Amino acid sequence: MPDSFIPTSAELLRILPEIILVLAATLIMVLAPLVKGREQNALGYVSLYGLVAALAAALSGYFDPGPAFHQLILVDGFATYFRVLVIFAGILTTLASYQYLRREDADSGEYYALLLFSVSGQSLMAASNDLIMIFIGLEISSLASYVMAGFLRNRAQAIEAALKYFLLGSFATAFLLYGVAWIYGITGSTYLLTIRSVFERGAQTPGILLAGAAAALIFVGFAFKVAAWPFQSWAPDVYQGAPVPVAAFLSAGPKAAAFAVFVRVFVTALGPIGGRWEPLFWLSALATMLIGNFAALVQTNIKRLLAYSSIAHAGYVLVAMTAHSEIGTAAVMFYMAAYVLMNVGAFAVVAHVCGRQERFVELEDFAGLGERQPVSAALLTVFLLSLIGVPLTAGFFGKFYIFRAALQADLVWLTVLGLLASAVAAYYYLRIIVIMYMHQPAESAAELPPLRGALGAAVWISAAGTLVLGIFPSLILNFAGNSALLAR
Amino acid sequence: MDHILSIVLFTPLVGFLALLFIPSSKPAAIKLWANIAGFAGFLVCLPLVFAFDRSRDFQFAEKVPWIPSIGASYNLAIDGYALLLVVLTGLLGFLSILASWAAIETRLKEYYGCFLLLQVGMMGVFMARDFLLFFVFWELVLVPMYFIIAIWGGERRVYAAIKFIIYTLVGSVLMLLGILALYYEHFRQFQVRSFDVAQLMNTQLDPNLQWWIFWAFFVGFAVKVPMFPLHTWLPDAHTEAPTAGSVILASILLKMGTYGFLRFSLPLLPDAAKNPTVIQVMAVLSIIAIVYGALVCLMQKDWKKLIAYSSVSHLGFCTLGIFALNPAGIAGSMLQQINHGISTGMLFLIVGVVYERRHTREIAEYGGLLRSMPIFTIVFLIAALSSMGMPPLNGFIGEITILKGAYQVSLWWAGAVVLGIALGAAYLIWLFQRTMLGEVSEKNAALKDLNAREIAVFAPLLLLALWIGVYPKPFFQVMDRSVTQIVELVQPGAHAGQMVPNRLASLQR
Repeated sequence: MPDSFIPTSAELLRILPEIILVLAATLIMVLAPLVKGREQNALGYVSLYGLVAALAAALSGYFDPGPAFHQLILVDGFATYFRVLVIFAGILTTLASYQYLRREDADSGEYYALLLFSVSGQSLMAASNDLIMIFIGLEISSLASYVMAGFLRNRAQAIEAALKYFLLGSFATAFLLYGVAWIYGITGSTYLLTIRSVFERGAQTPGILLAGAAAALIFVGFAFKVAAWPFQSWAPDVYQGAPVPVAAFLSAGPKAAAFAVFVRVFVTALGPIGGRWEPLFWLSALATMLIGNFAALVQTNIKRLLAYSSIAHAGYVLVAMTAHSEIGTAAVMFYMAAYVLMNVGAFAVVAHVCGRQERFVELEDFAGLGERQPVSAALLTVFLLSLIGVPLTAGFFGKFYIFRAALQADLVWLTVLGLLASAVAAYYYLRIIVIMYMHQPAESAAELPPLRGALGAAVWISAAGTLVLGIFPSLILNFAGNSALLAR
Repeated sequence: MDHILSIVLFTPLVGFLALLFIPSSKPAAIKLWANIAGFAGFLVCLPLVFAFDRSRDFQFAEKVPWIPSIGASYNLAIDGYALLLVVLTGLLGFLSILASWAAIETRLKEYYGCFLLLQVGMMGVFMARDFLLFFVFWELVLVPMYFIIAIWGGERRVYAAIKFIIYTLVGSVLMLLGILALYYEHFRQFQVRSFDVAQLMNTQLDPNLQWWIFWAFFVGFAVKVPMFPLHTWLPDAHTEAPTAGSVILASILLKMGTYGFLRFSLPLLPDAAKNPTVIQVMAVLSIIAIVYGALVCLMQKDWKKLIAYSSVSHLGFCTLGIFALNPAGIAGSMLQQINHGISTGMLFLIVGVVYERRHTREIAEYGGLLRSMPIFTIVFLIAALSSMGMPPLNGFIGEITILKGAYQVSLWWAGAVVLGIALGAAYLIWLFQRTMLGEVSEKNAALKDLNAREIAVFAPLLLLALWIGVYPKPFFQVMDRSVTQIVELVQPGAHAGQMVPNRLASLQR
């Protein structure tokens, strides 16, 4: 075996977060049979510690940037940002799951192991520098999340959700792989930077005409993961069927990772042929925003409503991608952080209110929450206001940066329509607030325990993050701005 | 004194944060604390009045970088015009909290919390010298107001609240678009990212771009004013809001729109503002608002809705004065904004007083209140006279100054103003006659007159109305530099030497 096949310690350190996550997941799987029944809930702590350690490893990786494994992995500011983000989403999900699983009598180590495997895949995606590596990361993340969607296996809806997610997901991944094959055929490489340098030669590149088609095929794979038009239709069914904490996770982690590779592939590798894919993004962004927001207007189930809202938010991020500029990339990065905080926070409050077997997930079940549970209602209000994009919440600056980037790229119509669509969105978020504060308390409110423990921590952390990023966006914006340069 | 604006801005916020720690089970403590915080919020405004230097423009400036990468800063400063609005906000913010003592019995903590937050937002709007900061405060005002209408409002409160927020949101996203367009044009010319209004003023904008930005701003500001035909949220919101909410809506929130025109549209976009088409459109919309608002008032059966529509009419005077683009028109418009805050604030408080006693707003239900509530009748009479522009009260000074400005532009405009004043007198006197005079019914005979707290609420407003009416000179002097500056920016040299205050002071004598 040649020497270069043996990884050096520096290379291993660069995938330390993934190593920690996989080891923790394996440890949980080993421990699970030894721990009886409900005691398995304690394995949640292993998951939490593993995630925190991985978070620390991801942060420390920033101070030793560089490639690993023959350029398959690239640790830089951009990778660090998204690694930290997906691991953080994992932490919030773990916190939000603990009480939920106990309530459902579904305490189990497997759940946490699957979560960790999924996060490790997403973390790998964030640090990939090669199309094959991206594909591997995506598959690790997806396979675990398919199982998580159907985790409560005696619930018919959950099975349907998992099956739908799996079938459509694998179909989309096939498209992605086909696109990768085409790119390889055109450029002779799967390394992102090599692909870029081939395309930089411009019209002389052999097979350049097919590059647009290859970009479209890859777009299909990623658009499915972020639930963008025309591949958004799975999201409402899956979010509705999956357990609430899993829905929170699906809307945060896989989406953030998918946007990270979206940027890596399209801005870094396919950047030189931007003219060929930007119109596609323009159309998809607009359609995603419109479909998400208008469909959300008529929803009566809060999980479906949040699903459509997350479709709409993917549309906003696509607007920033369409801008195809450094500040566009920075806007994507900032928005994903804001989005993870506010969306997981909102789902966590739903996880608190929904009760055993998710009996209370209709909007009307939130009636009177403001009276019975003023704290939960106030925190959900913060998340909803942030989703609307009211100032002093993270959502405002997220939207602000996106539309600023779009305007700088002269996407005037997309900006106008996007802003109007986001004003429409105010209506359905406010409807939840109206129901919480102005309707008579519903049955669900009567037996609600106070918001405490791990779930309470998840909600409070998200709310604090949403407000801090809303008042001092510079805290992470500067980092995002500097890192965006890397994903040129 | 270095951070006096920050102190004024954050005093209500401190009050709000402390309020969160008072347990909901102690309603008296909550009420008391909210009143203390409101009063403190007003008191900290007063040093501004005494320390204000009339010979300088923007003062008490504070500037701290906020988001350096995009050039946004925490940048506060006020000129004379903003000073008046800040003090008015401080006063009415306190009075509306005081006026809620007996009216609100449910969810006190949330209620007073909303009012204190609202106060922060309104103060910020009038103080911000950074366009992004301005927008943040502008949007921030919406949220507590939405809750005030939606939770403590009348029967159709949910509809009114949603309508209010959707209208304003659509307006403000378009305004944001205008802000960004301006920001990029500035960046293109100077290669400096900045939201500082003073720096943005240096941007050379070609008339075509100015035209587009003007209309983008217009939507945001005109919804807030509200100008015809974007006014339809107002009657619902004002009628359904609780008394104190209506007072703040009418007295302060509407002024944010006219403030926007005077602070941003005119100075930043002078070519668009003096474009004949723009002036014509603005004048026509203002005149329609004046006349149509007054005519609708004549038809109203609902006391509160009548006052709400009178705001449409009165704000029409203000926008007409602004787009007269001469010193008299703008000075009159500024003063009339303060006047409207005082007199319409009183009129809404008056409706609140009878509503608390009878729980109906139907004008037909009342009559002969003079017998049972003599002090109240006198207060109402003064408020109505002030609102209809009767000397020696404040409304007269404002309307006559606007009339002068309008007359300098066109006889037609002046005619519309006169018609508006006449109609205003008609609907207010008729309202007074129907409610206060005539036979007193059994239900009304037993009504209690104003108590000490209610008198305390009205007293400062009555005094102010009289003060502005009799001796408006200090007010004009404070506004003088703001007016001259705006006029100079829009029409350089055209009105040199027309010092408004002195002329008007002589007119007064």
